[in-house]
Amino acid sequence: MDIQALAKDVPAQGEQSLEGIDFITNGEQYLTFMLGTEQFAINILCVEEIRSWEQPTRIPNAPIHVKGVINMRGVIVPIIDLRIKFEVGENTYLPSTVVIILTIEVEHDSKVIGFVVDAVSDVLNAEESDIKKSPAFGGSIPPEFIAGLVNLENSVVTLLNAEALHKIEKHQPNGGNKS
Amino acid sequence: MTIDLAQFLPTFLEESYEGLETMETGLLNLQSSEDDSIHSIFRAAHSIKGGAGTFGFTQVTNFTHLVETLLDEMRDGRRDIIQSDIEILLQSVDCIRLLIEADRNESVCEDESINNVQILLNESLKSANTQTINESEDTNDSKSTNQQSWLIDFIPQPHLVQTGNDPIFLFNALADLGELRIICNTSELPVFSDIEPKELYLKWQIQLSTLSSTEKDIREVFEWVEDECILDITLLGTEAAVDKEQDLKSAPVASEPALDIKAAKEETTRTSLTDNDKPQTSAKTKPDVGSIRVGVDKVDILINLVGELVITQSMLSELGNDFDLSKLEKLTSGLDQLLQNTKELQESVMRIRMLPISFAFNRFPRLIHDLSIKTGKEIELVIKGEQTELDKTVMEQIGDPLVHLVRNAVDHGIESKEVRIANGKSPKGKISLDAYHMGGSIVIEINDDGGGINRQAVLNKAIEKGVVEPNSTLTDSQVFDLIFEPGFSTANEVTDISGRGVGMDVVKKNIQSLGGRIQVASEPGKGSSFKVNLPLTLAILDGQLVRVGTEVYIIPLISIVESLQTKTDLINRVSGNMLLYRLREDNVPVLPIYQLFNLEADNIEIDNSLLVVVESDGQKVGLMVDDLLAQQQVVIKSLKDNYQQVDGISGATILGDGSVAMILDIPGMISMALAQAQVAQKTAHNNIEEVV
Repeated sequence: MDIQALAKDVPAQGEQSLEGIDFITNGEQYLTFMLGTEQFAINILCVEEIRSWEQPTRIPNAPIHVKGVINMRGVIVPIIDLRIKFEVGENTYLPSTVVIILTIEVEHDSKVIGFVVDAVSDVLNAEESDIKKSPAFGGSIPPEFIAGLVNLENSVVTLLNAEALHKIEKHQPNGGNKS
Repeated sequence: MTIDLAQFLPTFLEESYEGLETMETGLLNLQSSEDDSIHSIFRAAHSIKGGAGTFGFTQVTNFTHLVETLLDEMRDGRRDIIQSDIEILLQSVDCIRLLIEADRNESVCEDESINNVQILLNESLKSANTQTINESEDTNDSKSTNQQSWLIDFIPQPHLVQTGNDPIFLFNALADLGELRIICNTSELPVFSDIEPKELYLKWQIQLSTLSSTEKDIREVFEWVEDECILDITLLGTEAAVDKEQDLKSAPVASEPALDIKAAKEETTRTSLTDNDKPQTSAKTKPDVGSIRVGVDKVDILINLVGELVITQSMLSELGNDFDLSKLEKLTSGLDQLLQNTKELQESVMRIRMLPISFAFNRFPRLIHDLSIKTGKEIELVIKGEQTELDKTVMEQIGDPLVHLVRNAVDHGIESKEVRIANGKSPKGKISLDAYHMGGSIVIEINDDGGGINRQAVLNKAIEKGVVEPNSTLTDSQVFDLIFEPGFSTANEVTDISGRGVGMDVVKKNIQSLGGRIQVASEPGKGSSFKVNLPLTLAILDGQLVRVGTEVYIIPLISIVESLQTKTDLINRVSGNMLLYRLREDNVPVLPIYQLFNLEADNIEIDNSLLVVVESDGQKVGLMVDDLLAQQQVVIKSLKDNYQQVDGISGATILGDGSVAMILDIPGMISMALAQAQVAQKTAHNNIEEVV
């Protein structure tokens, strides 16, 4: 019968997806992206979607790194340019410029925020032991946003702390006024 | 077979609060035991107790049990319904509310009122027992005759536990029926090395003394395991019970001591608690979203409308497949239909959020009841138009202002009994609440037949406070509006009900923040009337789209006075470059949006520009814009959800092309402009000092 054939199919699919899960269990997965020439990474479970850059609607008197808000399927999502905020790279908007939309859990709530980056590169598997503490030698990124560093072949990736990122827009509430 | 109870918790809470409301209204109307309402009060208390037991709300269960006992006696006519008992019960309702909240947060409620009420309840229960001592003896007799003893032989099959049944649950269920004595027979138990861990080797002999349970009740307990055990239930006489009990004790099979069912029960509740811990904490982290009960008829209408929408859609898409100009007429009529459908759909969806205003009015009978006791005034409350529907959000926020207005009416409005009689009025004061629709808004009227507002007292107070010039002539309504000034109270003495002068200004502010307004009318000696106008909904707004530079903004249509093209000769620059536009008799300050929001605009000169004159709180300002676009209804979306509150912006919306547009917050913009002006004045002032 058809049903039996279908029933045989189901476990086969399950096995396939299990194979996929197999390597996830070795530590967490991170999405790596570029800001200028530096590589950064964010926990992939926070990532809602990746979309191309579009001019958002500006928010009056917002800090300069808050580019505005966009409509993501009926949800108003603020867009923050990480390059301006972190003073890394140049804030030019090219066809390759992308926006990573993150869902960040905040206490009783979750916030959806988009971050402008230069490019999305890869998915990185990192175990707890691979993550090293970032030395405090004054980069331009405030330390609360950094979860650690991970070595990737010859380069180093900065892991960002997704939970801290929602506070980003609150840092200079009147930044735009002074310009 | 554990069920995650946490998912039912919100339902339980909602039903409990509803039950408490039922109890409250019932108690206020309760006159005699023949009254039907005593039954509904009892039922409400009973289901709260039952639900609380399920969720382990022990404080609530214990307390409600007392209330229930008292109600039960009233219901059966064993106790006369007297006012003092109703008072105690009303207080208990408040206590249960506190206790539910406490149990929900897993804390112990330390409010002393609970102890007080508990003592009152117990006293009341005791006093009744002494008064109706004969009756209670009777019931005791009947109880003892009903006392029955059952002997249950429970021999489960070895695989019983594998089917997910645990005898301890059965025993717990039995324990609810009456007193239990359980003897475990371990004679079948093999030596330890031969024990198969999945098998059950025990048998039980259970003796149950119960008041009212029948064999059927007992069988029901064992319903799930009927096929997996040998069950033998025999009825023992009342007297035989004692003998048999001793038989059981001396029986040689009873090699194991009797199970202490109580200890076991405690253990299971403890384990079940730890089981529950996890889901409960996970449920707590979720935001409290609240819920709405919707009538099936409303949902049916929606489904019909969606059906029509689908038909229109398919018609349009078919039309689009091979379109030529000959079908233009069909297209326009199809689009008209689509417009109609969406409008109707929108209205019906809005109607789902609508609740009858009785949800807000429900608390007033109790409030009046309490206040009339406190003040010693006799007050009759008349409520009209309870079925008038109002948006849920508006309802939630209008509650407190209304309470304030009603308290004021009781305290300041209605005179004391003596004064009323002296003035030839009925000793009983009257307060009426009336709600009705008018146009696109809802009107709530609060009327009292008290002394009215003392015009001269208000005016004197205003002059004393420096709000009004001593010699100015004001109309009645202007004078009455003064009571909404902050810190304004004409009450001669401050009571704990009102008179501190905080409140009326807050009432006005709250109503205005909902986009509504409040009006007062009063006639000396005859009473006062407060009229609250509220918008039906907060989710949708009629807006005027305007363009400034590249940005599109939405101005709420309700705040627009007029839009005009400026004429050069009507523009005045006064007192240090402040721009005023002469609009008939008024001088309207001009607010260029591009300056306020730091934008680049096409038009930065006021000459021949477009001015949208808006009004907020009596203050008119002209907003300078580059272009006037369409007028349309927009759905308000919050910026706070994912971002934060922005000065001068009340929210955002999504336009037809999918882009986001900001909705202007006119009062916010005015205060922003004032703040900017102050900063400018300060720097100017500092400059002067430097020069000096």
